Amino acid sequence: MQRTDYVSVTEIKSLGNLLDKVAEHKGCGTSSDNGKASCGSSDGPADMAPDVWEKVKNHPCYSEEAHHHYARMHVAVAPACNIQCNYCNRKYDCANESRPGVVSEKLTPEQAAKKVLAVASTIPQMTVLGIAGPGDPLANPEKTFKTFELISRTAPDIKLCLSTNGLALPDHVDTIAAFNVDHVTITINMVDPEVGQHIYPWIYYKNKRWTGIDAARILTERQMLGLEMLTERGILCKVNSVMIPGINDQHLVEVNRAVKSRGAFLHNIMPLISAPEHGTVFGLNGQRGPTAQELKALQDSCEGEMNMMRHCRQCRADAVGLLGEDRSAEFTTEKIDAMEVTYDSATRKAYQEVVELERQAKSAAKLAEQQLLTQLADTDGISMLIAVATKGGGKVNEHFGHATEFQIYEVDAKGSKFVGHRRVDLYCQGGFGEEESLTTVIRAINDCHAVFVAKIGGCPKDDLQKAGIDPIDKYAHEFIEQSAIAYFMEYVAKVKAGEIVHQARGDADIRQGAFTAAA
Amino acid sequence: MAYKIIASQCTGCSACEPECPNVAIREKNGTYVIDPKKCTECLGHFDEPQCVAVCPVDMTCVIDNAYPRYQA
Repeated sequence: MQRTDYVSVTEIKSLGNLLDKVAEHKGCGTSSDNGKASCGSSDGPADMAPDVWEKVKNHPCYSEEAHHHYARMHVAVAPACNIQCNYCNRKYDCANESRPGVVSEKLTPEQAAKKVLAVASTIPQMTVLGIAGPGDPLANPEKTFKTFELISRTAPDIKLCLSTNGLALPDHVDTIAAFNVDHVTITINMVDPEVGQHIYPWIYYKNKRWTGIDAARILTERQMLGLEMLTERGILCKVNSVMIPGINDQHLVEVNRAVKSRGAFLHNIMPLISAPEHGTVFGLNGQRGPTAQELKALQDSCEGEMNMMRHCRQCRADAVGLLGEDRSAEFTTEKIDAMEVTYDSATRKAYQEVVELERQAKSAAKLAEQQLLTQLADTDGISMLIAVATKGGGKVNEHFGHATEFQIYEVDAKGSKFVGHRRVDLYCQGGFGEEESLTTVIRAINDCHAVFVAKIGGCPKDDLQKAGIDPIDKYAHEFIEQSAIAYFMEYVAKVKAGEIVHQARGDADIRQGAFTAAA
Repeated sequence: MAYKIIASQCTGCSACEPECPNVAIREKNGTYVIDPKKCTECLGHFDEPQCVAVCPVDMTCVIDNAYPRYQA
């Protein structure tokens, strides 16, 4: 296949020591196709207003493209919450859990500010500081805004954002605007109280505990009002929705329309995480989460309406690092107290310049991909999913056995695009594959026709083939999307020649429970 | 009587502390405690005790029978 000159971060020599600091990271490849970007914006100025691109381009949670390069951190300064959700259990805390609402330690605003400086000076990719709980930031307004105040004074180049359930949002919109918080995420799971009463057992509002349909009605009114107030002020809003099969799965299409019409920028539909050991209402009553195909179908059906985010890793409220990795264990309060922190923004600035170069190289690669696309003739309506083992940079560059997650790309006559990711346990811990973990991997990517890897051993190769998934290592270190298109073209040719028969694949599991990537 | 917080149930989330109209709640060793001398069971302030209303864990803020009922 055609190779394109491409400058990756690690290939730019002139930056010397800086590059040693640039941690290897996992990210999905660029997302692109002829139509809309699959999540956030991947295309930059071409598909969105320049001022919006300026706001999101370095924010990993708002731009699928940015999450290859940039890191965020959450500081857990906001433990209190003003609502109860059936998918959340506030008593639970485990260092090995990775999901929202979970933290290992709470911080005071002063501790948080020091932590931010320490992380920002250590990880040059760090651009965003978010407050996401573990409760609700706006149920702890003093702690939240004190933290923002301290950080905006000492590290003014760090972007501030917060994630809220929206109940208290209308009361704080002006303060949010005053602190130049330009990204706010609201979790909106319903716009109909009839649906909401099955998700929220109660809310605490105006010194009273409200339950049932009244609670859900107040919550949805406050969420919609808050969203409108934010977008009026030009603050970028992302809406998170938890997909709960049988409760709000169909309804989320309506939610999508409601938030779109009020100016939300991005919609992130996430699978319900529920396991009995989490002790949540949904975990205990056996409420299941969606399968991979159910989630994808819902995201696809909302896609025409607005930008969908598909790279969310549902991270902890004290996560540190690039999406998909968690370096929070390196920055415990104990370790930070012992650190001499001198704030260094120069390394970050230099890093951001490198990323700009890399972005330019990527757009060159994209041109080459477009040329490949024109060679695609009639494809008989065939479409397929391909799982990719990657460490980032948009390339097939991870060993099958080392992958902690697989990126999922959809390929059809229109091209290839990123449509999601699947977490898996480490399959290989030093040479010996375990049958059981291989089964887990196969279940996670069972809806894929092929898996692209940099390298793969003989045994897993045979097992994958038996399961009907084609293990492919010939695109090692090539660009993901071009490789996917090349593979797809070969596949279509074989089908046409009668060598193989195209068959639809089954469904796949979304990994429940948790995995915290080793730092 | 006053309310008390069952320490083994308390998540230390701090939600109750700012809601108490009597400033009777403070942190102690990672969880929260109510000063029975200050607690008025929210009588005269609100229809329901605020610590009970906001606490995320049911049956954590409960009446402490060691004290007589508060008289407004």
